[in-house]
Amino acid sequence: MTNVLELRGITKRFPGVLANDHIDISLREGKILALLGENGAGKSTLMNILYGLYKPDEGKIIVRGEEVDIHGPNDAIARGIGMVHQHFMLVPVMTVTENVMLGVEPVKNGLFLDKAKVAARIREISDQYGLEVDPDAYIKDLPVGIQQRVEIIKVLYRSADILILDEPTAVLTPQEVEGLFKIIRSLIEKGKSIIFITHKLKEVLKIADDITVLRLGKVVGSISPQDATPEILASMMVGREVNLVVTKQPAQPKEAVLEVKDLYVRDERQNLTVNGISFDVRKGEVLGIAGVQGNGQTELVYALTGLLPIESGEIHLLGEPVHRNTPRNILERGVAHIPEDRQRHGLILSFPVHDNLVLCTYYKPPFAKGINLQEKVIYENAEALVKQFDVRTPSIFVNVGGLSGGNQQKVIVAREFSRPIQLLIASQPTRGLDVGSIEYIHSQIIQKRDEGTGVLLVSSELDEILALSDRIAVMYKGHIMDILDANKVNKEYLGLLMAGVHPEGAPAPAEGTVPEKVF
Amino acid sequence: MTTAEIAINPTRVRRARIAYGSVLIGVGLFIFFVFGLNTQPGVQTTFGINLAGFNALPVPDLVVPVQLTVYLMAGIAVFFGAFQLARGIKSTGTLVGVIAATFVIAFLVWAAQGKSFNLTGMINSSLVRATPIALAALCGVISERSAVINIGIEGIMLLSAQTAVVTASLTDNLYAGLIAAILVGGLLAAFHAYLVIRFKVDQIVSGVAINIFGTGLTSFVSSRFLEKNTDLLNNSGVFPVISIPVLDRIPILGPMLFQNNIVVYLMLLVVVVMHIMLFYTPWGLRTRAVGEHPKAADTLGVNVYLVRYINVILGGMIAGLGGAYFTIGSVGRFDEIMTAGKGFIGLAAMIFGKWNPIGAFTSSLIFGFADSLQVKLQILRVPIPSEFLLMAPYIVTMIVLTGVVGRAIPPAADGQPYEK
Amino acid sequence: MTEKDSTKTKTKSSEGIGGGTLREALRVPALAVLTGLLIGAIAIVASGSNVFEAYYALFVGSFGDPVRFYNGFQQFFSTGETSGLLRAIYPFTESLVTATPYIFAGLSVALGFRCGLFNIGAEGQFFIGALTSAFVGYSITGLPAFIHLPLAILAGMAGGALWGTIPGYLKARFGAHEVVNTIMMNWIAFRLSDWLLNGPMKASGFRPVTPNIEHTAELPRFFPDPLRLNWGFILALVVAYIVYWFLFKTTLGFEIRSVGANPDAARYAGMNIIRNFVMVMALAGGLAGLAGASQVLGVDHWVGQGFSAGYGFDAIALALLGKSHPAGVVLAALLFGFLRSGATRMQSIAGVPIDIISIIQGLVIVFIAAPDIIRWLYRLKNIKVEETVLTRGWGS
Repeated sequence: MTNVLELRGITKRFPGVLANDHIDISLREGKILALLGENGAGKSTLMNILYGLYKPDEGKIIVRGEEVDIHGPNDAIARGIGMVHQHFMLVPVMTVTENVMLGVEPVKNGLFLDKAKVAARIREISDQYGLEVDPDAYIKDLPVGIQQRVEIIKVLYRSADILILDEPTAVLTPQEVEGLFKIIRSLIEKGKSIIFITHKLKEVLKIADDITVLRLGKVVGSISPQDATPEILASMMVGREVNLVVTKQPAQPKEAVLEVKDLYVRDERQNLTVNGISFDVRKGEVLGIAGVQGNGQTELVYALTGLLPIESGEIHLLGEPVHRNTPRNILERGVAHIPEDRQRHGLILSFPVHDNLVLCTYYKPPFAKGINLQEKVIYENAEALVKQFDVRTPSIFVNVGGLSGGNQQKVIVAREFSRPIQLLIASQPTRGLDVGSIEYIHSQIIQKRDEGTGVLLVSSELDEILALSDRIAVMYKGHIMDILDANKVNKEYLGLLMAGVHPEGAPAPAEGTVPEKVF
Repeated sequence: MTTAEIAINPTRVRRARIAYGSVLIGVGLFIFFVFGLNTQPGVQTTFGINLAGFNALPVPDLVVPVQLTVYLMAGIAVFFGAFQLARGIKSTGTLVGVIAATFVIAFLVWAAQGKSFNLTGMINSSLVRATPIALAALCGVISERSAVINIGIEGIMLLSAQTAVVTASLTDNLYAGLIAAILVGGLLAAFHAYLVIRFKVDQIVSGVAINIFGTGLTSFVSSRFLEKNTDLLNNSGVFPVISIPVLDRIPILGPMLFQNNIVVYLMLLVVVVMHIMLFYTPWGLRTRAVGEHPKAADTLGVNVYLVRYINVILGGMIAGLGGAYFTIGSVGRFDEIMTAGKGFIGLAAMIFGKWNPIGAFTSSLIFGFADSLQVKLQILRVPIPSEFLLMAPYIVTMIVLTGVVGRAIPPAADGQPYEK
Repeated sequence: MTEKDSTKTKTKSSEGIGGGTLREALRVPALAVLTGLLIGAIAIVASGSNVFEAYYALFVGSFGDPVRFYNGFQQFFSTGETSGLLRAIYPFTESLVTATPYIFAGLSVALGFRCGLFNIGAEGQFFIGALTSAFVGYSITGLPAFIHLPLAILAGMAGGALWGTIPGYLKARFGAHEVVNTIMMNWIAFRLSDWLLNGPMKASGFRPVTPNIEHTAELPRFFPDPLRLNWGFILALVVAYIVYWFLFKTTLGFEIRSVGANPDAARYAGMNIIRNFVMVMALAGGLAGLAGASQVLGVDHWVGQGFSAGYGFDAIALALLGKSHPAGVVLAALLFGFLRSGATRMQSIAGVPIDIISIIQGLVIVFIAAPDIIRWLYRLKNIKVEETVLTRGWGS
């Protein structure tokens, strides 16, 4: 069996970071190579080098036995390499056809775009690989699962035979993952070779022919799936024994801290994205909100924290209505918010650590007297919190933008947990973090729960939801499909709910209508 | 929007309905009390259709009774307002159209009462006065479709205007002036592109620097050279009016569209070509992709920087053409700061036109109308100080920017530097 | 370095003076000005004048003639007569007089930048502020100076604040871009002033100017005529300190800087973006209005057409050059004051039009905004310059 692709001694340095350190990998023809590693291990950097988006500092790329220089995506495409990016590279306001043809546009009459020709080719590819999609649909109207198909079609349209799939399952339901695996197998049958990048152990064991594990920019080793177990892979990936289970006592829920009744919310583009939902969160419990990203979770959290106005419905905090209140008022009532996009909402990257640690409390004693900031108190507060929450920073005076993702998140957690809180809203709290930070943040969330705080956890990582939640609500197209006891569910059941299917056979609620009875 | 969604929150919809209804009734009452009560029965206003010096076939003038027309307009506004309050009208465009139309007609009839007012002349001068604004707007459209904001259009137009007149005066050839203006526009835009793409300078800052630089350099050259050698350097003459045979004989449309100088024709051509280019050619597809999601375009092998350079430079050349309008296209000499904010008004027209060439052109006409209206009104000796009439284009710009008339969404990556 | 020292420098960096030592922070602006002057020299040569003659005239015009200083001192020490000395320091005081409105106007733009707002409307705000303070200055009579003067200053501030608040509100409420709107407000201000100066505010006579203000509304001068240095300069320094304190030592300033650095995070943290936008534009307008007031009450004592010529655009260069820090703005304003004041002499002696300064300023803005160019030109390495986002696109 020949190697269709080999990387030899690839090294890439970024200022202050050695992202790839003499990496060697090889991909066998017609096989699936899984590239496993936790966030920040250097997988994406490596693939961006292969695809010509970054230039390696050292090392060579060998495609079908021939050493090649790849200076840009055009070179990669010319060598038959195609990439499906983790964050889809699709223009939302354009159609499927336009997205597929971009960069290799056929013309008619020497000047004008020939969309019909491309659409016909897309239908051909669809039939051949079972990738059903409407060429005339606009990307923004398509669910993420279909968008991913468009990405794969884009690659096949350029007749790639080496496919790189970067974290392709991150945004899919368990059933969609199955569908994707089916497509991957049909691609292999047609002779394609695939590099499958992920940090999910079970998927690797299920689909890969070969496994190569990266850690801190280096290859730790290669292993065949027959010899591997989740435990072995995990310790290779992290470099130590990993506790895959979050240990926690059974919840002792008390009275409700948050009650949501018939909530409707529009997003910034005026689409109705939260479609009449009701639930409550009780003190001392974690309510997990599961669901594929983009099903209204973001808008739900924004509405709860006052960042988006609600369309109708009610939100009660400790029995008092807060659905017309300002973000500040809601904060002051004891709501902590770990935002989904920490760099956009949670931090001011150009501000030093000490200022970020008082971002929500700077105007209150002891940090301010009247309108005068009390710098000394602010510094002392920062020194204490940095120590308490183990934030690794050279000093409290460096800008937060210079810290690693895990430490940035710890700054947010330190800030939010350092004030008296009744309700914690944690949205994708561990996205993109390394395992050490994930464990730390999980333990902090559970500790808050045990202290009697109500926790609303929003995550598209089903494993995270299952590990932390006491009850689980599943969101689909702005509705809550069901609220379940976390001890009595399994992944497959949740996956069906996430895809809008009621396992009992009840039809999925149509868009824009109020479901008759969800509980 | 489905009916189910509207049913969910009637308050917001109702508030908008009441607001528009009240404004309409307010406009109606304003027309009645301010214009209507200032008219006498029996007085007429003559709207001239035929324009001396133009080839259009003669048509009878439009003569309207003043009081009746003003009352009618007040009535229409109040009627629409009442209807809106009672039942609601779906289209915001219709409502705004009714507000603008009733007000402007009533105002014109009132202002010109007992006199003659040439309508065709007004329409023609609207187009002519819209020309530099439209060219500025088109420069904005093509740059911003590839996500580069060019706020230095004003400065580019000033420098091109001066270059055009000096070149044309020296060579005694207006076309040499036109080409020089276009080249200077392209050059300045290339400089802007180089700063914001290569050096990632804040796009607004770079544009402002170009404006300051343009104002400073043209004033420098003006006071140092042009003032002393007016005949040699600052006296070029203007492009002649070219009539297009047959078409120029159509009443109203003929004088408006088919009897203009080359700058106006070129502007109309740019509108059409840019529309086709943006929406029907590979280059346009790439441009739009770069403006919306540059990374996506990059991963498909589209050279993001190249697309931006070329579009910004093309935009600069269009702005250069707009600059040429001010001198060799209209008055034949350069005065300091003669662009008087037209570059910025063009940006407002671009926004109002939703970043589309045709939209930008039609909204430029609104500004051209406001501009030519104030000139006409001065001639009619309306009892409003001319300084206030001169404010009209600026105030219209500010109103347009509030987005009361439908909110437009700019290209998603607009103004952001792209880093690989 | 002791613990305390490091705290001190690091705090500075959070104020955006730039990382590292003061020397490093000043290097890029200094080189930017130098490069601007060099390219300006090319323009002078191109226009057929002698560079050395021109720049020497610039120097003498801004600092004073060394010979006159020598003679002035000699006269003073030998006879106690100060007239020669006063004549010698005249150019220097004129530079400070010129710098005074620059300080206010520069602070106006800098304050906007700190909140992510680009106030190109300092020009119009300046003009309106001058008109309102002149109006209070000449129309009210019989008040004692300690009431009349503050009243006139406040009137100028209020006029400018009104002119700034309108685009601020439109930005906050409708997301209408302040760059275009402040420019429109400039043009409206010019038209309005044309009308006022030819009508309601016109002094008797032919010229379109306001009457002279009452003596009770004048900012007192330090020296006898013709030296015009007045308390406006001190007021400018005090206001600069107040702006510094406000921005960096108060909760309101913390909010403004947060909104400017990351409006999404500011909203998340419970700050009111709309209120901050309106407040900052009002204050920025007020500062530009103060610039106009200081010019009217301290220097000219009346307002005519074309009064504000170019202050608004100069102010942008000042704010960029001073890195939006009040101390930096004061330094930059002094520099520009010297340049402008010297340029007048350069024009009269070397025949180089004053507009050359605008060209130099445009270049300086470019170099400051693109420090990479300076670093590339002078092969500088390892100078950390903070990436600052000054403004945003068209969206709200």
